[in-house]
Formats: sequence, structure tokens, C-alpha cells
Amino acid sequence: MANLKPLPMAREFDLAHDSLRHLNLFLHKRAALEGVAQIHVRNPDGAHSIAVGLDAALDVQIHGHVGYYAAGMNKHASVTVHGNAGPGAAENMMSGRVHVKGFASTAAGASAHGGLLIIDGDASLRCGISLKGADIVVGGSVGSFSAFMAQAGRIVICGDAEDALGDSLYEAVIYVRGRVRSLGADARFEPMSDTDRASVKSLLAQAGRTGDPADFKRVASAKSLYHWHADADQEY
Amino acid sequence: MCGIVGLLVKNPALRDQLGALMVPMLVGMTERGPDSAGLAVYTTPVSDRHHKLSLYSGENAVDWTELLARIAAAFAHAHEIAAHGNHAVLTSAADPDDLVRWLARHAPAVAVLSVGQSIDLYKDVGAPADIAERYGFKSLRGSHLVGHTRMATESAVTPAHAHPFTAGRDFCLVHNGSLSNPHLVRKKLEPLGIEFETDNDTEAACRFFEWRLREGDDLKTAVQRGFGELDGFFTFLMGTDRELLIVRDAFACKPAVVAETDDYVAIASEFRSLAHLPNISRAALFEPKPEEIYSWRI
Repeated sequence: MANLKPLPMAREFDLAHDSLRHLNLFLHKRAALEGVAQIHVRNPDGAHSIAVGLDAALDVQIHGHVGYYAAGMNKHASVTVHGNAGPGAAENMMSGRVHVKGFASTAAGASAHGGLLIIDGDASLRCGISLKGADIVVGGSVGSFSAFMAQAGRIVICGDAEDALGDSLYEAVIYVRGRVRSLGADARFEPMSDTDRASVKSLLAQAGRTGDPADFKRVASAKSLYHWHADADQEY
Repeated sequence: MCGIVGLLVKNPALRDQLGALMVPMLVGMTERGPDSAGLAVYTTPVSDRHHKLSLYSGENAVDWTELLARIAAAFAHAHEIAAHGNHAVLTSAADPDDLVRWLARHAPAVAVLSVGQSIDLYKDVGAPADIAERYGFKSLRGSHLVGHTRMATESAVTPAHAHPFTAGRDFCLVHNGSLSNPHLVRKKLEPLGIEFETDNDTEAACRFFEWRLREGDDLKTAVQRGFGELDGFFTFLMGTDRELLIVRDAFACKPAVVAETDDYVAIASEFRSLAHLPNISRAALFEPKPEEIYSWRI
């Protein structure tokens, strides 16, 4: 018997003509009321705050490059950027999925609590800064100070990491395949456990990537900064 | 916050369109810098014996024809002036340093924005779109340019504090960010006879690099030296008559995007200022890495 499930209703916005506010208002309110599940955005042309604050299981496809804070505060939605992202992509995401097919600028996934951020290309400095529980998979390399003060969540880096990776980490864990230029204060390499290998395998699969978890190294907190050391004299 | 834009056309056929390609770039950076804007454009150089001075009279009414007559009376050389409202480009065979000194003494209402054989410089307070219209940026021609939209954080909103800053000949610099030790840099340079015109932090960087160029460094070496001397946040975009150069500080706090095709190299704080450029979908796009120096020559 043929599958009679109706196709999801789709809607297209062209930011060359439609205002960003109009688009975001639709995503926040009208999409659910009108039963629209898939939204295509044309000519984003680097505009800021596209698809921020979503709160429903929408599929948003952005065809081009986006500016600051794209898909920030995302909840439930799946947002795909067929291009590059400006600073703060998916910052403070709560759940759902954000996929940047190109590269992401600084502070991608900053402070994200949940969900999955996938960056196919490189991520710039401070990727996953203050991460609070989300997962990030970077297909390329990450810039300096990535995962700075990351509290919870996992970051998979398929390429290299620049300076001070994982500085002042809390409970977040980093898996990195390539070269690490330097670790940050209190970050250290640790042996990969079966759980770690399973995590990497699962995250790579979720990101649509192949790779052998055995090639990855685990970076986590040595926890020496968890308690105040009067003798440290601010030297860490 | 500020916006920077730079454009260098590799294809000489595009030189006539330099201004037209740039205006949407500059206007696109209005939200980053709504209070002032400026532009240095590098044109075909004047002959070896001549120099160009970009002059600006601000709110002062200056009779440029009368000024030209007074210059002609004081200097036995050929002079020309191309005036546009409160802005004029003086081309002269006289020694440019003598002309600058003469203008300071005899035409104090006129500010000298730049000196060189290729550079023309415009800057003023107001919205970037208004400034572009005021000075006819759309019709500017040349090989490359350096532009800026300013949101003042460190010093006053005046034409003199607007970017680009210039020093010496055919050198200019724009800055997004803020320096924390401009006074130390100034203290180091002033005893060497280097004079400052404002209290702006960017001017310190501009004069530092130009000093190094005069001391024999090439621009990349000067910038490399600057990493040890200039403290603070910066994306600097610089121009000389032959070169366009961009560099970001070690923390890359201030954004920049480069788009390169066979025809041009375009630089802006954000992609939204590049989106309109021809064949942008086929351009190689990247963000300059921290403390890595990128330059292009004409």
C-alpha cells in the first residue's frame, strides 16, 4: 500500500524582499498555527539573528551565509545553514540540532545547554566556550580557547586545535583527532574508555561523518582548579 | 564597535567601478559604525614631481579658488585643485612638507587629510550613506581602497577622530577595536619628533607603523614588530600605494571576512557587506586567523 502520509507543508522566505522580523515572527508563531514544518530561507546575505529563539520542531533550511547569532537559543528545531555562520552560531541552544555546512566564526555553540551543533568546516576561536551540556561536532579544526570553561557536554574535533584547548574545563569532555597546539590550564589528555569510544562513534554518526573513534584523544579537566590553592600564588 | 571595508581590484577593467562596488560595502557597515565614516582610495599615481594633498574644511567656508591663488603666489610651482564642497584635492609640484607647513600657518581652517602620490582621503561625521553621497564615493576610481565606519568608544566624534588615519606618504590605517597602551606608544614616538594630531588610540598605531616603514621595515615586518608594541584589541586594515594588508590580534575579538576571486579581494567586518559583490558565490571566503598577516599587492 502506498504511503499516504502527507508531505510536510513548506514555506519559503526570501530575505532580499522579506524582512528578518517577518521571518522570525513566522517561525515563532505562525508556522505552528499554519502547520508549516519546513521553511526555506533564501538570500540570508549575512543577516544577524536568523532563526533565533525557535521553540518548535521546525526544519529550517537557510541557503547562504548567516551573520551573528544564527539559530541562537534554539529549542526543538533543526536549522541547517548551507553556507558559513558568523559569530555565536547556536549560542545558548537548549535542544534540537544546528548544522553549519561551511565554517563557523568565533564562539560557535557558546553556552549551549543541549542539542547538537554540527560544523562541517572549521570553527574559529572560542568554539564551545562555557558549554553547558550540548554536543558539538566540528569536521575541521578549532581556534584558540575552544571549550574555555566548558561545564558539561561533549565536543568532537575531527581536525586540529589551536592554543589553550579546554582552559579551565569543568565536566565537559573534548575528543580531538588532530594536533593540539597547546592545552589550557587544568586540561589534560586522558585515556579513551569504551564509553568515550562509543560517544565519539555515536556523535560522528549523528553528524553524518565517518571516522574511527580509536583515532581520537580525550581531553578533560585535571580538576586541580576545583579548589582554591593558597600556595599557587595565581600561577596556574 | 566599528566596521571596516577594503577592496583591491586585480582586474584593471574594474578600476572604473571601484567606488560603485564599494559603496554598498561601506553602507552595509552602518550598524557597526553610524557616527562617522571615511575612505582612502588609491588612484593612478601623479607624476614623480607631483604630490596630492587631500584637504578638508569641515564647517568652515573655504574659497578653494582663492586658496589656490594664494598657494600659487607663495610657491613657484604648478598647482591644481579639484574641489567638492568642503573637500579638495590639491596637486602640486611644490615640496609637500612645505605645503603642509604653509597651510597650517596661512589656512588654519583647512585640515590636511593625506599626502602622497596615489592616495585620496575623505572622512567626516554622519551616517556612512550620507558621507558616501556627500563626496560622490560611487564614482571614485582606483586600484584599491580602505574604508571605515565608526562607533566611537575611545575618543570624541569629530572628523579628525574618524578613520582612516594617515601618516607620512600614501599610508593609511583603519581600526576596529581599542588599544590599551596608546599613550605609551605616543611617549615613545614623540621624542623622535613624531607629532600627533589627536588623542585617538588608532593614531598611535598608524604613526608607529609609518615610523617603522620610514626606518626601513616593509609593512609586514612593521606589523610583526607591532605585535610586541601595541596592546589591545584590533583588526587593522592598512593601505599603501601598492599594498592592502589586514591583521587581527591574538584573540581575534574583532571580526573580519575576506572574499577573493580572480577579479578582486574584498574585506569587511562581516559578510553582509560582501554579499552584493559580483560572483561572490564563487569567491573563496575565509576569516583571517589571529596574528597572521595577509596582504595583497597591485
